[in-house]
Amino acid sequence: MRDRVLIFAGLSLFLALVTYPVWQGLAARSSTAGPVLPATAAGQKCVAPRDVMRVAHMEMLMSWRDLKVRENQRTYTAADGTVYTIDLTATCLTQCHGPKEKFCDSCHAYAGVPAVNCWSCHTSPPAAPNPGELR
Amino acid sequence: MKVTRKDFLRIAAGSVVAAGTGTLVHALSGSAPATAATVGESKQRWGMVIDLRQCRQQGECDQCIRACHQTHNVPEVPNPAHEVKWIWNEPFAKVFPFQQSEYTRQADGGTLPVLCNHCASPSCVRVCPTKATWKRGDGIVMMDYHRCIGCRYCMAACPYGSRSFNYVDPRPHLRQVNPEVPTRSAGVVEKCDFCTARLAKGELPACVEACPQGAMVFGDLNDESSPVRQLLAERYSVQRQPHLGCGPSIFYLV
Repeated sequence: MRDRVLIFAGLSLFLALVTYPVWQGLAARSSTAGPVLPATAAGQKCVAPRDVMRVAHMEMLMSWRDLKVRENQRTYTAADGTVYTIDLTATCLTQCHGPKEKFCDSCHAYAGVPAVNCWSCHTSPPAAPNPGELR
Repeated sequence: MKVTRKDFLRIAAGSVVAAGTGTLVHALSGSAPATAATVGESKQRWGMVIDLRQCRQQGECDQCIRACHQTHNVPEVPNPAHEVKWIWNEPFAKVFPFQQSEYTRQADGGTLPVLCNHCASPSCVRVCPTKATWKRGDGIVMMDYHRCIGCRYCMAACPYGSRSFNYVDPRPHLRQVNPEVPTRSAGVVEKCDFCTARLAKGELPACVEACPQGAMVFGDLNDESSPVRQLLAERYSVQRQPHLGCGPSIFYLV
């Protein structure tokens, strides 16, 4: 029993190390609540339903990219017949979603998904089009 | 079942005939799509005629260059080794090295604008390992910056030096960013795209529109009534290094 001090010291060190992420999280006041995006303004709708866009926005962006650059097809007709100009900055962001920091980055940072290398070339509009129009 | 020597020879001869016919049919059908692919779905071939007489009248003019570089967010990198350019002025002797003599040097004048020639059989397209650059049906040699891996084979292949590599991030070297056009990033090759986005809207290329003398004429080389074809029919024109066989779509009226 002469080793009691050593044993308890070792145990507490072990516990401190194992629970370190918890303390760090508490200290950083992180929460598990997801990013809150402002509600859709009346009369505004996206190229596809929200659920589809959440799951498949990357596929749509890739297909838009290939349509415009490689096939020189510069418009996209949505399921409801609306025709959109294929343009990440002018259509997706400037017309609807606003700056990428407030839209793209909020989810990508939360999900820990490093965004693909869009913004080294594409530009983000500097300000939101209208408060409340973001979604 | 027993195969006699006669049967064996018969089967062998039949196989050779069948294989030979197959190869022949394949070779005949294979040659047709190859020519169709180079022509493409469109019958257009965009080209440009630059009237050097008009161009020279304006003296030291760089309005086409400024218009182009502002439109396409082409950076002004101070280090000349990292220079990026889509259209630029080059001395006559460098552009047409074999069309000079002691007696014509005076008339050759100073510089003339040079840009991507949008060749009929572009060597840059042949060497690109990722198909990041390719020839569109309307004759435009197009770049897909998403696919470019920065190997610079195209730069080595282009005999006109029309391509620039982004050795550094171009963004800090842009005076003002045109939000309608993406910038490029370090590590990709870029060049003139004949203003594909403007053409899609029915507008002329930015350099053509900016030229104060109307020295640059843009049009369809395959259309006999187009202004470019009329100029080519009336005046004597030269292409850059036609003996290389690339078939440039830029013609200079001298």
